[in-house]
Amino acid sequence: MFEEKDFTIIGADAERGEAFARKPVTYWGDAFRRFKENKVAVVAFVVLFLLVISVIVVPILSPYDYTKQDLRSRKEWPSAEHIFGTDSLGRDLFTRVFQGGRVSLAIGIIGAAVVAIVGCIYGGIAAYFGGWVDMAMMRVVEVLSSVPNLLVIIMMSLLFDSSSVSTLLFAMCITGWCPVARLVRSQMLQISASEYVMAARVMGVSPLKIVLTHMIPNTISLIIVNITFRIPGFIFSEAFLSYVGLGVQPPSTSWGALASEGQVTLSFYPYMMFFPAFFIALTMLCFTLMGDGLRDALDPKLRR
Amino acid sequence: MSNNNLYEIRNLKRYFPAKNGKVVKAVDDVTFNIARGETFSLVGESGCGKTTCGRTLLGVYPKTAGSILYNGKESSELSRAEQKEFKRQNQMIFQDPYSCLDPRMAIGTIIQEGMNVHYDYTPAERNEKVRELLYKVGLTADFASRFPHELSGGQRQRIGIARALAMNPSFIVCDEPIAALDVSIQAQVINLMIDLQQEMGLTYLFISHDLSMVRHISDRIGVMYLGSLVEVSASGPLYEKPLHPYTKALFSAIPDIGKRSTKERIRLQGEIPNPMNPPPGCKFSSRCPYVTDRCSHEAPQLQELEPDHFVACHMAAVLNK
Ligand SMILES: Nc1ncnc2c1ncn2[C@@H]1O[C@H](COP(=O)(O)OP(=O)(O)O)[C@@H](O)[C@H]1O
Ligand SMILES: [Mg+2]
Repeated sequence: MFEEKDFTIIGADAERGEAFARKPVTYWGDAFRRFKENKVAVVAFVVLFLLVISVIVVPILSPYDYTKQDLRSRKEWPSAEHIFGTDSLGRDLFTRVFQGGRVSLAIGIIGAAVVAIVGCIYGGIAAYFGGWVDMAMMRVVEVLSSVPNLLVIIMMSLLFDSSSVSTLLFAMCITGWCPVARLVRSQMLQISASEYVMAARVMGVSPLKIVLTHMIPNTISLIIVNITFRIPGFIFSEAFLSYVGLGVQPPSTSWGALASEGQVTLSFYPYMMFFPAFFIALTMLCFTLMGDGLRDALDPKLRR
Repeated sequence: MSNNNLYEIRNLKRYFPAKNGKVVKAVDDVTFNIARGETFSLVGESGCGKTTCGRTLLGVYPKTAGSILYNGKESSELSRAEQKEFKRQNQMIFQDPYSCLDPRMAIGTIIQEGMNVHYDYTPAERNEKVRELLYKVGLTADFASRFPHELSGGQRQRIGIARALAMNPSFIVCDEPIAALDVSIQAQVINLMIDLQQEMGLTYLFISHDLSMVRHISDRIGVMYLGSLVEVSASGPLYEKPLHPYTKALFSAIPDIGKRSTKERIRLQGEIPNPMNPPPGCKFSSRCPYVTDRCSHEAPQLQELEPDHFVACHMAAVLNK
């Protein structure tokens, strides 16, 4: 007969196995590693980072003030002196584009953040309490999201008798959080009904721990991706509304407002419209590419 | 007898509210015992309340009525400390190997999850435990750093088993643990479960609709139909000589490979009734080939027709002469 000492274990190398087992692998660490491997997304991220830095720094360092008119140098084509040229009132477009970028980016980022926070809280509460609370809250969402956005914005600007950046932001957020609330609610409900949460409950894991280890990680990644895709939407809405005259008012400016001004003289001085339009497009593209990268990185099914 | 039973379930009911004020009697007046160290199986068609029964035992669903004695104590009246111990000793293995593991958790974290609630291990001890458990279920230590989607169905099911074993449980509800696996993998997982049972002295409540696998693993079997137990017996006698017409029909559908089949295939008439309005009297009366007047008025109770072989049928004694 054989005894245990007659056998040696091959194929399962204990030393090597241990090294593997000790390698700390967290979901977020793994996601970060995958994001770094996605070159396109990293480039998009770097471009956005540089863009944010320059909209902060350029208006401060620039020798020109963005409101300062200089009637002797009107409608000048781009040159060493005025890198993006000047507008019809002789203002330096380089300064104005980055000043306008402050407003456009701020609207995009603040808008998305507000929408995310309100949507998470609202959707989380609806999912947590369930029953008639959930029903009532979701009916409100349905009503709100059926109201056309443009109508709300026009009503808001009439109501507050102004069309400023904050009115614009407020109006865009009023209905904007609804999709996030829906997303959060359905995701939360799906997770709390899942078998891995049931397993955790059977094992006696506390509800708080379940929320922290299962519910939030599984929801937050969805939200991050959703928000990244929403930012360009906000930027574009602002640009569009400013373009049709409902948004940012002079002397303050934004990419949309600049494009609108440039459009008047488009056939003679196309550079006036080109630069703001270029930055709108670049920013939206970068956010979309970065969102793609984040989605791939945060979805464990795509882990290689 | 009583002290050899881990579970004694008496007249257990679990109803779910349904639309327009009706109720689904998912588990309706079920009585059985589970002895220490045995494998008790629940079989029956899908929708007959097997899952609900298992989940009600573990307190996932509150019971509607009846009593569940665990080690002789009513499980809904345990003290806080006893409840915690109950949650350590009673575990569950799931049918769907894809939804029972959190896709965003590494395998090592999944296995540790419950362990960390009940045991104060140092991080080094935990890693050692995870390694041990992975070996125990036939995997290697490097699985700890992988994520669920990188694993096959069978490997995931092994992780589910390791997660349950991490608690040093005494009882595991195995809810169709092999139903979603390839046939070639099913036997491996079943054999693993049998080995673990012998090694760790586990008691299983094994839920399945695959009757050929059930025979292999079970000590005793309960046959369910529309929320009620129609027959309870040791597995040998049940397969040799089923007493209830429903069990006969169910077992006549098992293909015998190699043997020339002598038994005739019994075909049931009609569909399984809607659990929201089961037929009055015996729930099987609408499909039973031997139905009598009495069957549609009076619900039969489980009676011991042969030693340790219980059947709920008015006609059983006559039919099995
Ligand atoms: N959470 C639930 N809510 C409402 N009805 C349920 C729920 N779970 C199960 N049921 C109903 O209870 C009955 C038994 O279901 P189940 O226990 O899953 O059966 P099985 O596991 O034998 O297939 C079914 O009719 C099902 O529709
Ligand atoms: Mg089931």
